[in-house]
Amino acid sequence: MKGWSGHLLILAVALAFPLVFRSSFAVNFGVLVLFAAFTGQAWNIAGGFAGQLSFGHVVFFGTGAYASTLLQLKFGVSPWLGLPAAAAAGAAVGGLVAILSFRAGLRGSYFALITLAFAEVFRILANSFEWTGAGLGLLIPLKRGMANFQFAERIGFYYVILAFTVLSIAVAVWLTRSRFGARLAAIRENEDAARALGIDVLREKVKVMMLSGMLCGLGGTFYAQYFLYIDPSIAYGVDKSVEMLLVSMIGGTGTVYGPLIGALLLGIIGEGTRALTDAPGLSLVVYGALLVGTIAFLPDGLIELFRMRRRRRSA
Amino acid sequence: MLEVRDLTKVFGGLRAVDGASLDVVEGSIVALIGPNGAGKTTLFAAIAGFVRPEGGSVRFRKEDITGLAPHLICGRGMVRTFQITQPFAKLTVRENIMVGAYLHTAERREANERAEKIAGQLGMAASLDQQAAGLTVSGRKRLELARALATRPRLLLLDEVMAGLNPSEVAEIVPVIRSIRDAGVTVLLIEHVMQAVMSLSERVYVLSYGRIIANGTPAEVASDPVVVEAYLGHGAAERMLASSARA
Repeated sequence: MKGWSGHLLILAVALAFPLVFRSSFAVNFGVLVLFAAFTGQAWNIAGGFAGQLSFGHVVFFGTGAYASTLLQLKFGVSPWLGLPAAAAAGAAVGGLVAILSFRAGLRGSYFALITLAFAEVFRILANSFEWTGAGLGLLIPLKRGMANFQFAERIGFYYVILAFTVLSIAVAVWLTRSRFGARLAAIRENEDAARALGIDVLREKVKVMMLSGMLCGLGGTFYAQYFLYIDPSIAYGVDKSVEMLLVSMIGGTGTVYGPLIGALLLGIIGEGTRALTDAPGLSLVVYGALLVGTIAFLPDGLIELFRMRRRRRSA
Repeated sequence: MLEVRDLTKVFGGLRAVDGASLDVVEGSIVALIGPNGAGKTTLFAAIAGFVRPEGGSVRFRKEDITGLAPHLICGRGMVRTFQITQPFAKLTVRENIMVGAYLHTAERREANERAEKIAGQLGMAASLDQQAAGLTVSGRKRLELARALATRPRLLLLDEVMAGLNPSEVAEIVPVIRSIRDAGVTVLLIEHVMQAVMSLSERVYVLSYGRIIANGTPAEVASDPVVVEAYLGHGAAERMLASSARA
């Protein structure tokens, strides 16, 4: 993918998809794949590029979802204005989690576990207060219309989530070319060496968690507007965290297109297993097998297959 | 340029560095030697901010930097390398060096140019796009040096850059270090390869059990009975004198 032609080709395919496949099933499929790709990329920015593996990224997603939904329901704020609020809320929680855990020197699996704990704390909090709808969750009243971020046609949602995905991929491209990205890679590879070369490791890690949290927050608002319903176990449940890291790991962590590839594959497998059988858990079994297979044979993710092909062609 | 006074670092009951003092004059090459386990690396770590000393002070370019965080010390112009090389393994040599170069520029092109220039100086131009994980021991040592140089240091702390190199590789790196000094970078190095210490350094400090037991020119230090005993054990100096008198 030298230059911009590769990016533009992928963008063109994505733009054309709902125009070619117009059924609501196909567009819904596209929305869910892009949503997984977008939140996966948000995770990948912290977990892949900076190597800060988190099991609780849903905490930023959920906080974004609650932020814009509560603003809408309690104060009548348009969800479009809720978007920046959700981004800010996601970034703030990202910063908070990062400062608390990194200042305490938590790394690797300890960091992963503490993020899981943070997500659980938020889930319990959201479950406990009347104001957040407690266990019943929050229902956004149906009022179709652009102004309410409720599109009459699914294709509207499709292009919004496509725009988010493009944004997240642009951030990833920027990370591969910028000083900030180089510093994150250094921190991922070796924190002591990074420190010796003048990198303020704590500050860079807090920054990347805020960036990642901000994107997740946007995803939260999108999710709430698409399904018009959130509750503590959707917004702060472990499923979303797992989905985010699963698509990245299967596609390729720390890569620009890994999360998109992973999301596409998992989406196809999810729909495929549903079409073959009624057993609800089958897709999870296949995901699990796929993850084991990827880690065993392609530790750098499926994107490695594309790289190998290109290498063979250039050789 | 660097003044270390009574620096002390305690690990549990062990005084790894025990009231060590040393001076590094701007533009010189100073060596820190001593038997294994003497505390040389700990002293380096305490100077560069990687461990917080329990006592004493470090002054660098007339400012007190005792206990400052490593990245701040690096920003002031003092950078260390690691005895056990710490490459960014999955990054290329070019990307490794660029991380250092990014300390003083946010521009990718400028960082890249600096990386290429330094790689050229250190004879690594051919391996710029190779993954750091695939480098030989000598390549990794050079990479440590290259990354550190990329931060534009005033003072370079080299922790055994020659350990593990064969004699011809040592012979190659000695003039490199000399040329770094000639380019205006002051050097403080820990080294076991005595041939290099003798030919490179103007001043040598000897650390034993955390204390500086001698300092002087390489020749003075090598003939100091205290130093001989630190390396070879109690009574060794006397026996050597006796045997050379008999001969």
